[in-house]
Amino acid sequence: MFDSKGPREGEVRIPSGCAIAAIMDRSGNRHDGSDILKSIALMHDRSNGLGGGFAAYGIYPEYKELYAFHIMYESREARAETEAYLDRFFMSEKQERIPTESVAAIKNPPDIWRYFVAPHPMRLANSGLDEAEYTMQHVFHINGKIDGAFVASSGKNMGAFKGVGYPEDIGEFYRIQDYDAWAWTAHGRFPTNTPGWWGGAHPFTLLNWSVVHNGEISSYDANRRYVEQFGYDCELQTDTEVITYLIDLLARRHGFSQEMAAHIMAAPSWEEIDRMAPERAAFETALRTVYSSALVNGPFSIIVGSDEGLLALNDRLKLRALMAAEKGSMVYMASEQAAIELVCPDAENVRSIEGGVPFVVQLDSVAARRARESAENCPAREKPFRHEVEVHPRRKERSHA
Amino acid sequence: MLDYVLPRYRVMRDADLCTSCGVCVRTCANEVHQLDEETGRLSVRNGACVNCQRCVLTCPEQAIVITRWPQVDSGSANWTQETMQDISKQAQTGAVLLSSMGTPKPYPIYWDHLLLNASQVTNPSIDPLREPMETRVFLGSRPEILKVNERDEKVFAPLPPQLRLDVPLMFSAMSFGSISLNAQKALALAARELGTFFNCGEGGLHQDLEEFADCCIVQVASGRFGVNPHYLGVAGAIEIKIGQGAKPGIGGHLPGEKITAEVSRTRMIPQGTDAISPAPHHDIYSIEDLRQLVFSLKEATGYAKPIAVKVAAVHNVAAIASGMARAGADIIVLDGFRGGTGAAPKRIRDNVGIPIELALAAVDQRLREESIRSTVSLVAGGSIRNSADIVRAIALGADAVSCASAPLIAMGCHQCKDCSSGKCNWGIATQRPDLTRRLKPEAAAERVVNLVRAWTREIEEMMGGMGINAIDSLRGNRLMLRGVGLNEKELEILGVKYAGE
Amino acid sequence: MKKVYLGTTHFKEANEMVRAALVEADTVELEDVFAQRYLGCAMAAGKRLEIHGTPGNDMACYMDGGSIEVFGNAQDQIGNTMNAGEVVVHGRCGDAAGYAMRGGAVFVRDDCGWRVGINMKQYQEKVPAIVIGGNAGNFLGEYMAGGIIVLMGQPGEYLACGMHGGIIFLAHRPDERLIAEGLVCEPVTEEGKALLRPLLEQYNAHFAEDLEAPIDESGETFWELRPATARPYASMYAN
Repeated sequence: MFDSKGPREGEVRIPSGCAIAAIMDRSGNRHDGSDILKSIALMHDRSNGLGGGFAAYGIYPEYKELYAFHIMYESREARAETEAYLDRFFMSEKQERIPTESVAAIKNPPDIWRYFVAPHPMRLANSGLDEAEYTMQHVFHINGKIDGAFVASSGKNMGAFKGVGYPEDIGEFYRIQDYDAWAWTAHGRFPTNTPGWWGGAHPFTLLNWSVVHNGEISSYDANRRYVEQFGYDCELQTDTEVITYLIDLLARRHGFSQEMAAHIMAAPSWEEIDRMAPERAAFETALRTVYSSALVNGPFSIIVGSDEGLLALNDRLKLRALMAAEKGSMVYMASEQAAIELVCPDAENVRSIEGGVPFVVQLDSVAARRARESAENCPAREKPFRHEVEVHPRRKERSHA
Repeated sequence: MLDYVLPRYRVMRDADLCTSCGVCVRTCANEVHQLDEETGRLSVRNGACVNCQRCVLTCPEQAIVITRWPQVDSGSANWTQETMQDISKQAQTGAVLLSSMGTPKPYPIYWDHLLLNASQVTNPSIDPLREPMETRVFLGSRPEILKVNERDEKVFAPLPPQLRLDVPLMFSAMSFGSISLNAQKALALAARELGTFFNCGEGGLHQDLEEFADCCIVQVASGRFGVNPHYLGVAGAIEIKIGQGAKPGIGGHLPGEKITAEVSRTRMIPQGTDAISPAPHHDIYSIEDLRQLVFSLKEATGYAKPIAVKVAAVHNVAAIASGMARAGADIIVLDGFRGGTGAAPKRIRDNVGIPIELALAAVDQRLREESIRSTVSLVAGGSIRNSADIVRAIALGADAVSCASAPLIAMGCHQCKDCSSGKCNWGIATQRPDLTRRLKPEAAAERVVNLVRAWTREIEEMMGGMGINAIDSLRGNRLMLRGVGLNEKELEILGVKYAGE
Repeated sequence: MKKVYLGTTHFKEANEMVRAALVEADTVELEDVFAQRYLGCAMAAGKRLEIHGTPGNDMACYMDGGSIEVFGNAQDQIGNTMNAGEVVVHGRCGDAAGYAMRGGAVFVRDDCGWRVGINMKQYQEKVPAIVIGGNAGNFLGEYMAGGIIVLMGQPGEYLACGMHGGIIFLAHRPDERLIAEGLVCEPVTEEGKALLRPLLEQYNAHFAEDLEAPIDESGETFWELRPATARPYASMYAN
C-alpha cells in the first residue's frame, strides 16, 4: 500500500519547509473545514506535494470523554496486532474506518481507522501513571514497536487528518468539510526529499496537542536529548515532534501555562534580562537556567492546538513569517497574510507575530477559568490522578462484534 | 660511573650572528649557556637543555636554534631511544620517573576526528558580528521542575547557588607552589576581566589574591592545605578534588624545596617540608562518604556556594559521575588523561585514565539515561587546545570547559615538561624570585584575556554558522558533530554519526 | 545555657537548630543525639556544645575555636580539618579522627579507630594535639606532617607510615617491627616532656570524674616517635 522508496522519518532526519494556517472561534462555535482548506490551498507553492494535513478540535462531542485514536495501517497484520494491543490496554467504545474520498492526486493511502477508547481501569490503576501519561506511553508503544501502524492522533474530541499530498488534496480525501470544529490548523509540507510516508506528514500530535511548524531548528538535538531524559521517544526525528514534546513536558507535566511554556522555549536574551529590574531578572534567569535545554533555536514558526485553544510562536530572531488577524470571535493565522484575507476579507487587527513573543488564543470559557485559577504551576506528578479522584462516566456496552 | 643518559636536545648557536651579549647566559636557569669570563667565549651544556625556548626567543640576534639530539636510535621500533633512556635513568637513580604537563604519547585525539556542522539553505546561519550571540553559562545544580507564580513573575524558592560565566571556559586548578604567585595572579586578573573563574588549586589562597576571591574556585583536596573556614567562606565556589586527569589515583607531592616562606604561609605548613596529599581523601572511601564531604562544605558555608567535584576520567567514569550527582555535587568536573600537571610520575601520566572526549560523552549520556543531566552541571577539561575543542566539548554535552595549559602557553609556557624541576625560565612553574619576577601579572593577564576573547569570537562564529545564537542550544547537540576516521564503537560512545550520514 | 533535643532529626535541620541556639547562648546542650553529622561545623571561639548521645560523623569539622564535649561515644572523622578549639569525648571515637587537623586538641578517653591523626599538620603557633586514653587502630598518624599524638594504650599495625612531621608520644615502646624505616623511636626527651605533660594534665582534668585514678602526669616512661627527616621521599623521584 505504501510507496516505500527511500528512508522514512525516524530512519533519517529530514529537514523541511512549510506553510501553516489556523482558524479558531473563541466562542466555541464550530465551523466546517472549508475555510481552512481554502486558506492553506492559497499557499500551495510553500509545499511540494509531499505532505499535508489538518487538526480539528471539537469534532467528536458525542465521545468527548474518550481518547479518539486516528491510526494508519500499512497492512492487515498491523491492524490486527494494534487492535489486539488496544484491547488489552483500553476499553473501546466505538471503532470504524475513517470515511475518505477517492482523489486522483492521492496515491496509495493507508487503511485509516478511528477508535474511541478509555484506558482499561484496572491496568491504569496498576500502572501508577495518570490517564494522560498512560495513554501517551501506549501511543509510543504502537508507533515504535508495531510495524506498519502509526497513531496520527490520540487526543479527546479532536483528530488529525494528514497524509502524503498537497494539503488541499488531503483535505478533500478526508472530507474535512464534513467535520465541525471550533479550531482548525493546517499544514503544507516541503520536505527536502521524498520519504512518501503518511505518518511523517503534519500536524504532529500527542494527546490533545497538535503542532504545525515551519522552519528547521538548529537546537534539535539539544532539545531531543533533553526531552528523551523524561521518557519521550523522538521516533520521527522531526522538529515538530520535539517541539510537541517540549510543550507537553512544560505545560502538561510541569504545569506551566502554554504562554509560559512558549516563553521558556523562546526565552528573552541575556541582554534583555540584564536590563530588567532585579526581581524580574532573577525570575527570568531562573527560568533560563533551569530550562536552558528547552530553548528552541533557529528559525521556526509554530501553531500549537490544544483543548484550550491556539498558541502561536516565532523564534527569537523572527526568521519565519507568521500573520494573525481577528474578526469578532474568530481568529486567523497563516504564514502569509493573503491566506487570511482570502477567507476573511474584512479581518481586523492584522499583524505579524513578533519574534519570541507567544500569541495565545484561548476559548472564552478557558480564559475565564484560567483567570480564576492560581498562577502557580502545579506539576502533573504533584496532582492526584484524575482516575483516582473522579468517577469514570458510565460507558455503553462495547458495540463492536 | 659513566652516565648513560644522552642529552635530549642540541643547542646550536650561529657564530656569525652571535654577539656574545650574554642574554642567553642570564636567562637560562638550567645553566645551559656558559660564558668563559676569561676568554669571553660562550659554550653550551646540551644535556641541561629542556627546550623551554626562552633563550631562542630572548636572543636579540636570533642566533640560537634548538634541535633534537641527532643520535640515531637502535633501529628497533620496540626499544626506542626514549624507552632505553628511561631505563638508563632508573638504573642510575633507582627512582620513579617524574614528568610534567600532559602526556606527549600519540594517543588518539578524538577532537580531531569530530567535524562541526554549518547551516546551508534549510536554515540560516547567523552573523555574530551583527546579531546577538550568547555565550553566558550558569554552573550549579537545579531542580528538574521550576515552581513559579506566573502572574507575579516570582520563583517559589531561589535557585541553588550558581556560578555565572560570561564565556564557557574557566581556568583549571593550579596551586600556588606548583605555579608562581604571579602566574596565579595573572589568571585571577584575567578571570575577573573575562567574567569567569580561576581555581587556586589545593595549595590555599594567597592573601594577595583574596581580592579576587569572588572569581576564585578554591579546592579541597586530600591534603586539605590552607583549608579553614575563612578560605571556604571567601571563595566563589568550592571544588573537591578527587583526582586529576594526568595522575588519576595518586596523591600529590610538592617537594620541600618548593615550600618557600610564601608557599608555606598559604598552605599553612612549615617551610621546607614535603607537602604530601594522600592518594584518597581519607574521609571518602565510598560514594556515600563523598556526600558527607559535600555536605560538610555546604554546612560550613551556609549552602551559599556551589560545590564542584573533580574526578579524573577513568574507566568507570559514567557510573562514578552519576554517583557524584546523587552525592550532592552541584558541578561535576571531568579531567581527561591528556590533561597537564606540574609533576606526575611519568608512567601514571602516560598510561592511566581515558580521553576526555569519550569520558564526557559517556557521562553526559549516562546522566541523561538516568534523567538527571539537567539537574547538575558538567565541566570538561584535560587538553582543550582551541575554540573548536570547546565547541566540540559543549556539543558532546559539557556546560563549560576548563583549561590550564592553553592560558599557560599564552603566558609563555613552551611545554618543555620540566615544571617539576622548579626552574621554569618563564616564571610560571617556579618559586625562584629571580625567575617569577620575569612574569608580569598584568601583561600575562592581558595575553590570556586576548586569547579567551579571540576564542570566544571564534566560538560565536562557529555557533552562528550552525544557526545557533545561544550556547544553551549547542549543549549536548551532537547532531552538530560528525565523525571521521572513527570506528563504530567510538562513534557509538561519542554518540555521533559518521560524516556523510 | 540552652538545650536542644535532636532525636532522629536530619542533620540539616539539626544544625540549623543548633546554630540558632548558639546565637542565643554561648553554650548549648544537645540531648538525645543520634548520628547527626557536622555538629559544631566551623564553630567559632567562645561557643560550646555539650552533647549527650552519639554525634554523627564529621563532628567539629573545620571547627574554628569552639569547644565540644561528648558524653558518650563519637563516630568517624571527628575534628576533620579542624582549625582551632577543643573536643573532649567521654568514650571512644571512630576512624580518621583529626584528619588533616591543623590546630586545637581532641581528647578521647578510651580507644580510637583506624587512621587517627592522618595527615595532621602544624603551622607556626598552630600545633594540633590528639590524646587517646586507650588503644589505637592501624595507621595511627599516617602521613603525619605535624602536631602531637599521645597514645596511652597500644598502637595497631602500620604505625605512622609516611610520617614526615610532628611527634607521637607512646606510653609503651612499640614492637621494633612497628617502627618503620625513616622513623626514630626514643625515650621521651626533656623537650618532649614539656609538650607531653600539659596534655596529660588536661586529660586528667577532662576525665577526672570518669577515671578510677588519675594517670601519671609526669610522662617519664613515655617514648617518642619522630620522623628522621621532613623529606622522606626526597630521592624517590627523578626527572
